[in-house]
Amino acid sequence: MYDAGKIITGIVIFLILMTVPIWYVVATGQASYVPDPKVNPDETQCVESTDYMIKNHMVLLDEWKTSCVRDGICTWVASDGETYNTSLAGTCLSSCHPSKAEFCDQCHSYVGIKPYCWNCHISGE
Amino acid sequence: MTAVLFFFGVILPYIAVLIFIVGIIYRVWKWARSPVPFRIPTTCGQQKTLPWIKANNLENPSNTVGVIGRMALEVLLFRSLLRNTTTELKQGVRKLVYKDSLLLWLGALLFHWSLLIILLRHSKFFLEPVPSFLLLFERWDGILQVSVPSWFPSMFPILFISNIIILLALTYLLLRRVLTSQIRYISLPADYLVVLLILGVVTSGILMKFFFKVDVVGVKTLALGVITFQPSVPADGIGLFFYIHLFLICALIAYFPFSKLMHMPGIFLSPTRNLANTNRISRHVNPWDKPVKVHTYEEWEDEFRDVMKDAGVPLEKEQ
Amino acid sequence: MSDEVAAPEELLEIDYRPPKKGWMEPTVEFKKGTYCYGAPLKHQEYLGLPNPRQWQPPDEDWQLPENWKDIILEGMDELLNKYRSFRLFMDICVRCGACADKCHFFIGSGDPKNMPVLRAELIRSVYRKHFTLPGKLFGKMGGARELTEDVLKEWFYYFYQCTECRRCSVYCPYGIDTCEITMMGRELLNLVGCNIGWIVEPASNCFRTGNHLGVPPHAFKDTLDFAVDEIEELTGIKVEASVNRKGAELLFITPSADYFASPHWYTLMGYMHSADMAKKLNAKMYAEAKRLGVKWILGGECGHMWRVVNQYMDTLNGPADYLEEPVSPITGTKFENSKSTKMVHICEFTADLMYNNKLRLDPSLNDHWRLTFHDSCNTARGMGLIEEPRYIINNVCNNFYEMPENTIKERTFCCGSGAGIGSDENLEMRLRGGLPRANAVKHVQEKHGVNLLTCICAIDRATLPTLLQYWVPGVEVSGLHELVGNALVMKGQKDRTTDMRGTPFEVEES
Repeated sequence: MYDAGKIITGIVIFLILMTVPIWYVVATGQASYVPDPKVNPDETQCVESTDYMIKNHMVLLDEWKTSCVRDGICTWVASDGETYNTSLAGTCLSSCHPSKAEFCDQCHSYVGIKPYCWNCHISGE
Repeated sequence: MTAVLFFFGVILPYIAVLIFIVGIIYRVWKWARSPVPFRIPTTCGQQKTLPWIKANNLENPSNTVGVIGRMALEVLLFRSLLRNTTTELKQGVRKLVYKDSLLLWLGALLFHWSLLIILLRHSKFFLEPVPSFLLLFERWDGILQVSVPSWFPSMFPILFISNIIILLALTYLLLRRVLTSQIRYISLPADYLVVLLILGVVTSGILMKFFFKVDVVGVKTLALGVITFQPSVPADGIGLFFYIHLFLICALIAYFPFSKLMHMPGIFLSPTRNLANTNRISRHVNPWDKPVKVHTYEEWEDEFRDVMKDAGVPLEKEQ
Repeated sequence: MSDEVAAPEELLEIDYRPPKKGWMEPTVEFKKGTYCYGAPLKHQEYLGLPNPRQWQPPDEDWQLPENWKDIILEGMDELLNKYRSFRLFMDICVRCGACADKCHFFIGSGDPKNMPVLRAELIRSVYRKHFTLPGKLFGKMGGARELTEDVLKEWFYYFYQCTECRRCSVYCPYGIDTCEITMMGRELLNLVGCNIGWIVEPASNCFRTGNHLGVPPHAFKDTLDFAVDEIEELTGIKVEASVNRKGAELLFITPSADYFASPHWYTLMGYMHSADMAKKLNAKMYAEAKRLGVKWILGGECGHMWRVVNQYMDTLNGPADYLEEPVSPITGTKFENSKSTKMVHICEFTADLMYNNKLRLDPSLNDHWRLTFHDSCNTARGMGLIEEPRYIINNVCNNFYEMPENTIKERTFCCGSGAGIGSDENLEMRLRGGLPRANAVKHVQEKHGVNLLTCICAIDRATLPTLLQYWVPGVEVSGLHELVGNALVMKGQKDRTTDMRGTPFEVEES
């Protein structure tokens, strides 16, 4: 008794599971989609470098929140010596990144992250 | 530099996945080519017999539904490990004492389930747009973040429950191999290699998440490029720890088909578990069965005819 | 009993700590009392076994054929291609160690190579060396060993220290069955003429006379007549026992040991010595049933026979389409679970009789027994015959006590003497292997005053008396149907003053 039928079925299921993403992106046609976060073209200077901000913005914002809400210290000195108000709405969203949908959500929804910033903050829209 | 990144980010994963898929299918095919000549389930409960005796269809299946149930319990809940006991010889009273020993079951189950959850969470890097059920899933796994008390130090980004559990479970599985003298005695270098590799993958992942940050958008762009066979490495790099993480994963999955990790497909083919105990109900055919020389009744009677006659045993040929 | 065996206290000094030396170095020490003798040349030749010769395991030179290594490796390749179980179980073990302390031989000896996982690794290491890439590439680091004469000797020692009881396979998360591995190991050893007398001789006898002792047919008739007379003496009833009668309703096949007055040893049909041998010997059952023109077959109390009947016979020698689907001639019950094999276990048959009130029973006739029940490995783990014997017991006696849960039903402990290794020269190892069973009996002896161990396996009946005498003096052994016989009240019987053993019933004081 070889049970070839059952084993082949098993192998086919394995292959399907392994290739689900391929069929999925082919079906949705979104394979080559790349997020495009929009920045106010008039603003050229962020609080830190772009590379740093890409990888560490969540940590920075969390530090801002903790120091301002818990410790009452609502200013922060950047590595270049400049002082900023630790305010998501006031510092980040007011001028440089006015649209949550066009900036924040671009990457967040791309990598499937739902930060809880927006549990408290109103996105400004 | 780009060439090196291309190798580690694109070429190596392609090779590893190819070895993984082809290797697994080859090994399974090799098992499949050997037949199951006899139906040999290990029965762990009451057989189907007289109608007024309650049969245990999950531990001693008598039909396909029972077999599926038994296999599901085995694969999803590690039923057999749940029976585990430790044996101890109490010298004073000269008595053997058996104690339930569920730590191995718990460690193994937690490890495998958290691994599955982590794999599912990672599938978001290969799916665009991300299906909403995955988000829900991640929310549950990260529930700890919401429920930590306010005096607890901030742990941004979210620390997943599955990450904590898999670390604990793997540490337990490794420690038990090193510290229990009997298990250490039976362990091969390969046994340590596998645990350490997985532990390496998990640790590098956690370090990357909390301490050595990488460009997550770049990771997904790379992943999507690879699975659609239009690979390109983000020029500004993704981050060293991503490449370490990816390299360890490649090593693990390329080693998979050559290793004991083949227990994953293997369990489905295990003849002591995946067969129904219907031996006396329907005939199981052995494909390599061949006639053998038997000692027939006639030869037997020929040898003993005289004495049988004297004893008054009926004979086939009186002669 | 051999006087060379140490006292129980001494045997109980078991050290479970593994030695410093790794297991990959073969241990070849044939300690007296822990191995079985080689097979006599005569019987090897009668069965036409390969490379026949007179030899003994402790011999320095095993007189292996020159190309023994090729024979083994080619044999291994053939078995890997014939048995999925073998190939799979070589590949998927993760060495979690769940099986380690489940083996009665490990519990009784502390020898780490008696852990099922290491027993399998003995052959797995050679498999890796010759059949897998990592083994070929990395050698010892890859868990691989060269096949040497010492490794072969080690195989012999440890594959004949396994009773193929399958207890480990209950606990293995992948169901790895050491019985399969031991069977393959023994078959490979057989290819180069390494056999034990205790298997080859009975197999040869079975082949010739149909019973393992080589009892010729007239002597069998005498024994049966004697039994009939004895029953008449005890109960006043002349039962009819027919032998070789054509056109009978059913054929009763019982383990050969049952002909003898005292429980005796038994290795049914050289069980699984090799698949071919099993087929050769098992073929007789159906051939006889066909010749005698019976409707179906009733099988007696025998463990190994029932593993063969339940899991192998129909495949080996079926389909038995010349027989009818079994129906009890007394109750009319259809035994649907044996409609293809056409062989019913006597416990199923008797339980059905009792359920339908066809037997007049007086359980008080067994009141002199306080008993416990030993599930035999093969009926428990190769069949699932668990409730039937218990139903019968509860109908025929009043004092039944179960042993602890971890030692009965599918988790039952082997008697330690099955699968061909129940010989006297192997006594120390048998006593060690029987320790867990005996220990559980001791528990109920102390707790409930149990004085009888009932079982449904001929090897048990043959070997357990020695075992219990050594570990648990005061507990006797019986077959289940002996108790049924005791409790049976037959029409027209005289007042019974003794049980089936001739032991007088205790006289009630009035």
